[in-house]
Amino acid sequence: MKQQYPVIGLEIHVELKTDSKMFCQCSADYFGKKPNTHVCPVCLGMPGALPVPNRQAIEWAILIGKALGCTINKISKFDRKHYFYPDLPKGYQISQYDEPFCVNGAVAIKEKTFRIHRVHLEEDTGKLIHGENKTLVDFNRSSVPLVEIVTEPDFHNSDDVRAFLEELQVIIRYLNVSDADMEKGSMRLEPNISLILNHDGSPDPELPKYKVEVKNINSFRYVKDAIEYELKRQAEILETGELPPQETRGYNETKGITYSQRSKEDAHDYRYFPEPDIPPIVFTEKQLEQIFESLPELPGEKIIRYKTQYKLRPQDAFIITRNRTTADYFEHVVHEFEKHRPVSNHEVEDIPQKVANYIINKKIPVDVSAEEFVRQALELMAPKQTDTKLLDEMIAKVVGANPKAVEDYNKGKQNSIMFLMGQVMKEMKGKADAQTVKNELIKILSK
Amino acid sequence: MDILGKSAVELLESLKKKEFSEKELFAYFHKRIERYNSKFNAFLTLAESTDENHEGPLGGIPFAMKDNFCTKGVRTTASSKVLEHFIPPYDSTVTIRMNQSGAVLQGKTNMDAWAHGSSTETSDFGPSKNPWNTDRAPGGSSGGSAAAISAYLSPIAIGSETAGSIRQPAAWCGVVGLKPTYGRVPRYGVVAMGSSLDCPGPMTITAEDAALVLEVIAGNDSYDATSSPVPVGSYRKEMKKKRKMTIGIADEYMENISDDVKKRVDEAIEIFKKQGHTIKKVKLISPKYAISVYTIIQRAEVSSNLARYDGIRYGNDRTHFGQEAKRRIMLGAYTLSYGYYDAFYKKAQQVRTLIIEDFKRVFNEVDVIVSPTTPVTALKLGEFEKYPFFGEVMDILNEGAAVSGIPAINIPCGLDSQKLPVGLQIMGNYFDESTILNLAYQFEKETNYFDVIKKGFERYKE
Repeated sequence: MKQQYPVIGLEIHVELKTDSKMFCQCSADYFGKKPNTHVCPVCLGMPGALPVPNRQAIEWAILIGKALGCTINKISKFDRKHYFYPDLPKGYQISQYDEPFCVNGAVAIKEKTFRIHRVHLEEDTGKLIHGENKTLVDFNRSSVPLVEIVTEPDFHNSDDVRAFLEELQVIIRYLNVSDADMEKGSMRLEPNISLILNHDGSPDPELPKYKVEVKNINSFRYVKDAIEYELKRQAEILETGELPPQETRGYNETKGITYSQRSKEDAHDYRYFPEPDIPPIVFTEKQLEQIFESLPELPGEKIIRYKTQYKLRPQDAFIITRNRTTADYFEHVVHEFEKHRPVSNHEVEDIPQKVANYIINKKIPVDVSAEEFVRQALELMAPKQTDTKLLDEMIAKVVGANPKAVEDYNKGKQNSIMFLMGQVMKEMKGKADAQTVKNELIKILSK
Repeated sequence: MDILGKSAVELLESLKKKEFSEKELFAYFHKRIERYNSKFNAFLTLAESTDENHEGPLGGIPFAMKDNFCTKGVRTTASSKVLEHFIPPYDSTVTIRMNQSGAVLQGKTNMDAWAHGSSTETSDFGPSKNPWNTDRAPGGSSGGSAAAISAYLSPIAIGSETAGSIRQPAAWCGVVGLKPTYGRVPRYGVVAMGSSLDCPGPMTITAEDAALVLEVIAGNDSYDATSSPVPVGSYRKEMKKKRKMTIGIADEYMENISDDVKKRVDEAIEIFKKQGHTIKKVKLISPKYAISVYTIIQRAEVSSNLARYDGIRYGNDRTHFGQEAKRRIMLGAYTLSYGYYDAFYKKAQQVRTLIIEDFKRVFNEVDVIVSPTTPVTALKLGEFEKYPFFGEVMDILNEGAAVSGIPAINIPCGLDSQKLPVGLQIMGNYFDESTILNLAYQFEKETNYFDVIKKGFERYKE
């Protein structure tokens, strides 16, 4: 049966949190700063000013590429990309055209692999502030380092897109190279969406002859919504036998719709050519290896290790590794537990899972010291003092109120005991040791 | 005060001996500018004098600076109306280094607008005139700087080259002009023309002054990623060693030149022989290919570099661009357009690599290559406007060194039949400014440039 087959690729911009800008020594920390205070001749594009690339930014761009499984080019260069816009002081953006730092990567998420086309480095533009009858330009953001990540069109539904983007954000944050904060604009998402209306089911169909790029999306949910909207819109056009026009569209989050911004006819000829002010960038194998040394263990690798080393449940390993600080804290606490061996009446293997549970269920705050965490954990693990008199009363009450469950249990339905236990625990307001409750229940039911 | 015609080295000596004060020296040149500038239109903007005394290797020496070098607080226009009111908030690296050396800025000199030209006629502030004959062009684009040196309105000047813009006006005005190796002198703060070609350099009345200025302005700059980390030579010391050299002469650089020029250059070669240097015939790629390469690369880079003058800042909008700039922007934008890049820019860069390899090969055989600097001597004002690519043809003998990035110097080697200066060009290997300065110095000691420089300023004695 023929069916709709979305073809989606992604372009993601990530602003690096280097101290200085991409090509000058101005502070790159522009957010919320007084306009045009973090500027100099270079990022203002003044006559005669020249760009000098930021080593840290290049190394971080390479780290991102490496983390996304890319091949790192030993020879790379910057290019000029020309277009006129008031927020672009030089009339061109320094970017990378045909020799980016990183190419051909892949990211695996839940059994699926999404290929990375390239990762390159460029500079951000200034910012226009529109007022009544006038528009002002703030160049504080001009030349802040920006990494562009381009995927292959390997996504066929909006859920995969969202999962990928969330994973990407986690990875970037692991690398500690960007806040990847969409509200502050340090992570920006642009899906390229097209649709095959009647897909014959072949695994590698010919790509559609158009694509629609959607810009100005600032949350993962909106990406999903925008894709869903676009697929519906495009399907309607395709059903009439027409091809949706190739264009750039914006996303209006209030209305939940996309709208046309720029058509193919307006497409720029960027007149790329190698940036003559910056010599080609050449790395030796050794230099690259030195850069790779600062690559941390990535969340994907951590999940696998936590499952094997700590015997964590897969979903817990996933949750605990979403944030590098949490993961580090988790390991720190587990390590701290070593000092308290043997832990009374608990299997040592249980400890990591228990720690994970306490963290995930917020039983113990993660802002306390590891020692304090362990202390609180031990308290939670300790057998609870049970008011046996009260327990007897409550068991009697529950048994009396649930004759059906009691009958089921007596007929051999073991699960019923769990229900009854739950009821008793509820009556005890949690102030009872589960094992004691179970034992007492069985004792009474067996009478 | 006997100042007329003194080199910077001599002036430094006089200042040391207190023959006159710094202030008197500055006033002397200021007076000359006031007297003669209306005749040559060499200066566009004058800087204010200072009362302080200046320490350093050029302590107290006044200097002229081409108007494409940013000077903090002093108007910098690149001779274009677009930047008519631009007062830079920062200094170019060369400006900083000159200031730190104790040199004192006199003012900013006229040039072809954006350095687009070889006659100073494309200046939006009117052409400069050749002090040897004010009906003639001083050459360009550093024409104002060349005229200022020739008429001794300044003892030293800073010019800049993309292809010939120091050497050609130096030849036509009969002064010394040095284009260093690309990357030897930082470009930071120089209004960009052809970024992969631009080279700041000195224009002076002696080879030693050129060496002195080069020692001041050369060297790696953390603000220019294309500046070289190669250590700066002791040019003044090196130039005085009595070296015997192998001098290359290439037929390709002796063709299509006027008889007058050929005669003077042949005589210069005879002097080199007499001094004991060995003359060796070498074969070089014809400079006509360098013209094509240069034209494409330079136009492409120009179209990109001028994109920032979009009318949003600097006051004057794009309608203030002159004809020549518009022509170059259009041609450059065309060669970079989608689908044309490979055929033009990329191809040009490939040929450029061949020219570089060609020079490297020849410099395995010889120490320097000698040729005329220009095919003809100074032309009449107005000649250039008739031909859009006239500048490129005029600069044919300069473009090999420009596209390959090797250093080259112009020194005067006599006058032609019209009593106009003839320039001799000495090209050297990468970062081997010492060798070309050494040969220039030997020639100067032997001939005093046939008194060309002296005759130049003696016309303007008062």
